[in-house]
Amino acid sequence: MLQERHPLKGHRISLAEGVSLVIHDAEDSSRFNLRIAPENLGAASKAFGCELLATIGATATSGGRLALCLGPDEWQLYAPLAESRSIETTFAALYASCPHSLVDVGHREIGIAVEGAAAVLALRSACAFDFDTMPSGTGTRTIFDKAQIILIRHDENRFRIEVWRSFADHVWGLLQAASREIALGI
Amino acid sequence: MLLIRCPYCETERPEVEFVYAGEAHVARPVDPAALTDDEWKNFLFIRSNARGTHFERWRHMHGCGRFFNAVRDTVSDQFAMTYKAGMPRPTENEIKEARS
Ligand SMILES: [Zn+2]
Repeated sequence: MLQERHPLKGHRISLAEGVSLVIHDAEDSSRFNLRIAPENLGAASKAFGCELLATIGATATSGGRLALCLGPDEWQLYAPLAESRSIETTFAALYASCPHSLVDVGHREIGIAVEGAAAVLALRSACAFDFDTMPSGTGTRTIFDKAQIILIRHDENRFRIEVWRSFADHVWGLLQAASREIALGI
Repeated sequence: MLLIRCPYCETERPEVEFVYAGEAHVARPVDPAALTDDEWKNFLFIRSNARGTHFERWRHMHGCGRFFNAVRDTVSDQFAMTYKAGMPRPTENEIKEARS
């Protein structure tokens, strides 16, 4: 029998007193990695039904879909789980006129939502870069402790970590330790 | 920790996101078969090993994934500037300006 395995299913950290911090497993989504020449962005945006921006770090959302620019010719695409197959079909039709590489990485990663006034504090425990230089509505690939993650900042206090599932327990453990320190005020 | 400016991301990022990739501007010979053993050895192994200003390649491995070039002082470890792959070696004046 096929069994779903999600290392963080139902996990939740919630600090109530003093500081607000909620960390939980994010709703699963379909994920694609897209490599395409920047001059074909218009066609790709149309196929995905959401604009693909050319600035590294920029995100655009539309109808539950999110496109994040990771590099000069690389985008990460997120969409509701059920739409995975239809996205694949649409891009396949585009292939003849517009060569690209669309890879389904949906099963590779796990989403973790980090929310609340202490979100930056919790993330800073293992991310070395300067969060002040990360505006809302942007995302980036970076390193969380030793694990590569994609970090998306939805707004001031709402983040989403996307991490390979084999590193998910490790990242969760560190977030748990950081939350305990924040709860104790140390 | 060093902060390195990625010329593609146009932002300063911590060193842990990058990997070092050797000396920059070492062009692979177009026709290796035409080279003598000595010339081929020089291409493969002989580097400038500069004390001071050094042109080197880096890769923003855990970021945009691009290779780019940097000018770093090997004594102070300070980066003068970084620039995109394929761009010519910056002149002394450009480096001096970047340092000031
Ligand atoms: Zn970069």
